[in-house]
Amino acid sequence: MSTARLQLPARIVEGDVFKLRLLVQHPMDSGFLRDLDGVLIKRNVIRHLQCILNDKEVFRVEPTTGTSANPLFEFYLRATKSGELYFRWVDDKGYIGELRQKLVIEPTNQSKAAKP
Amino acid sequence: MHMLFHAIGIPLAIPRLSGQTNFFSICCQCALVCLLLQLPWAHAQQRLLPLDKLQSGLAFTGPEILDLQGDDFANPGLPYMDKGSKLWRQIAGKSDKSCQSCHGELNSMKGVATRYPSIDKASGRLFNLEDRIRNCRQTRQKASEWPLESEELLAVTLYVTSASNGMPIKVSIEGKAKSHFEAGQHIFTKRQGQMNLACTQCHDQRYGSKLFTDKLSQGQPNAYPAYRIEWQRLASLERRLRFCYTGVKADIPPWGHEDMRDISLYLMWRAQGLNIEVPSVRK
Amino acid sequence: MFFSLSRRDWLLRCLKTSAGAWGLSVGVSRAQDMSVLGRVQDMSDARLRNFDEMIAPYVVRQPVKQGGITLSLPMLADNGHLVPLSLKVDSPMTEESHVTHVYLISQRNPVPLMAMFVLGPWNGRAELSMRVRLSGTQMVVALARMSDGTFRYETQEVVVTEAACIDNG
Repeated sequence: MSTARLQLPARIVEGDVFKLRLLVQHPMDSGFLRDLDGVLIKRNVIRHLQCILNDKEVFRVEPTTGTSANPLFEFYLRATKSGELYFRWVDDKGYIGELRQKLVIEPTNQSKAAKP
Repeated sequence: MHMLFHAIGIPLAIPRLSGQTNFFSICCQCALVCLLLQLPWAHAQQRLLPLDKLQSGLAFTGPEILDLQGDDFANPGLPYMDKGSKLWRQIAGKSDKSCQSCHGELNSMKGVATRYPSIDKASGRLFNLEDRIRNCRQTRQKASEWPLESEELLAVTLYVTSASNGMPIKVSIEGKAKSHFEAGQHIFTKRQGQMNLACTQCHDQRYGSKLFTDKLSQGQPNAYPAYRIEWQRLASLERRLRFCYTGVKADIPPWGHEDMRDISLYLMWRAQGLNIEVPSVRK
Repeated sequence: MFFSLSRRDWLLRCLKTSAGAWGLSVGVSRAQDMSVLGRVQDMSDARLRNFDEMIAPYVVRQPVKQGGITLSLPMLADNGHLVPLSLKVDSPMTEESHVTHVYLISQRNPVPLMAMFVLGPWNGRAELSMRVRLSGTQMVVALARMSDGTFRYETQEVVVTEAACIDNG
């Protein structure tokens, strides 16, 4: 079972460009190595991984055998609206891994004031 | 008493004093015999690597590995911690119990990893921590076996070991453990394999020097289970020791072999005072 | 036929035969040994690609310019299985001007493309990190496609050391 862990800043304010770190547990078997009995380990890598926020894809990576096992991906997002971060990845075996995390974005004082 | 000394060929020239002569000289002779008999054990306990020279493997790694291990979030061993934590709480087997049911939270395991390998009272065998966890799972939880080096066993071993992070190693080599310690010490100091090398030659005498591009470490056991980049997964001390055999081109004993546990005990004794640091990252 | 050998000749023949047998046994065990080492495909002998072949599949015939990318990998990698890589493309990441794709290309790996990222103005910053596999010392290329269809690139040479004891277990 492919698990993952996500790191976000403790506090995100609207307008911030914040960093996300995602560490996925996956062997990323390249198909080039053999096991202890000399049998070739079949290729099994993550084909694509996407981050969907409020129904919109905001990040996508298509790794290959050239990506390390237990891959780490770091990227940035502009903080606009709170919502749910939904990560989804599919590997060569068709296995679907998922991770969901609430994204809480604090409104700025300006946007607070703008509200009627 | 004189016969005994003649038998061991030690001439004794303790002067006979007048009066309480016999009693005094007998005491001296007894003390000397005791001392001489203790010498082989005392010699065996002599440290080839002095305690003040002990260094973790981190002292011999590059900056990238230091960063990887120090990363609280992205240390590649950490997903196994998450898994271990889940398994700790998972009810298993006919007992309908989880590890947590009997042992409570992780802090109940504080200090445990600093004391292993140790003798299992029930069987009299030397158990490493993996053996203990497997045994608990089978005999107490009455659950299915976790094979050696399986992801589940690695994850829970890591989880339990992490409770001792920062604590100094202190194993016992007394009683039934003594013969295992001596066996482990013998393996560590004897030449083996096609390369005819003894562990001590590199790891006691030449640590810090380069073997091709690798800096030789002291071969310390304080950071296991470790995420070994070469294997791209978490690995136990047993797996690492088996690889040492490959390194000197010696025949590798089968998984679960007593030799591996004997060496582990010797290594832990040798590492007395070094702190546990898991999950570590190693080449 | 009368077959006679002096003791000396007999001893010499025995020696030669046993030396031959020993040589053969060493050869055989070496061959077996090599098969153990041969379990890992030796990637470091693979041919080095030239720059044009590395970027051609993505660039097609669009303009390519070096610069505007900060690419960072260690100069000397501890182990080829895990090499940290970071990059930052200079771009305002607005609707009008942003990075659409980033390609990480290897000069020597069996599969040239190591990863491809899809970005947009919603990312705010074209800054990425990941961990790549490098099979041997080689050049790494970071190629960024901009929203106007042009490309920018940066390269870095990485020295990858082999583990001292080759092991596949």
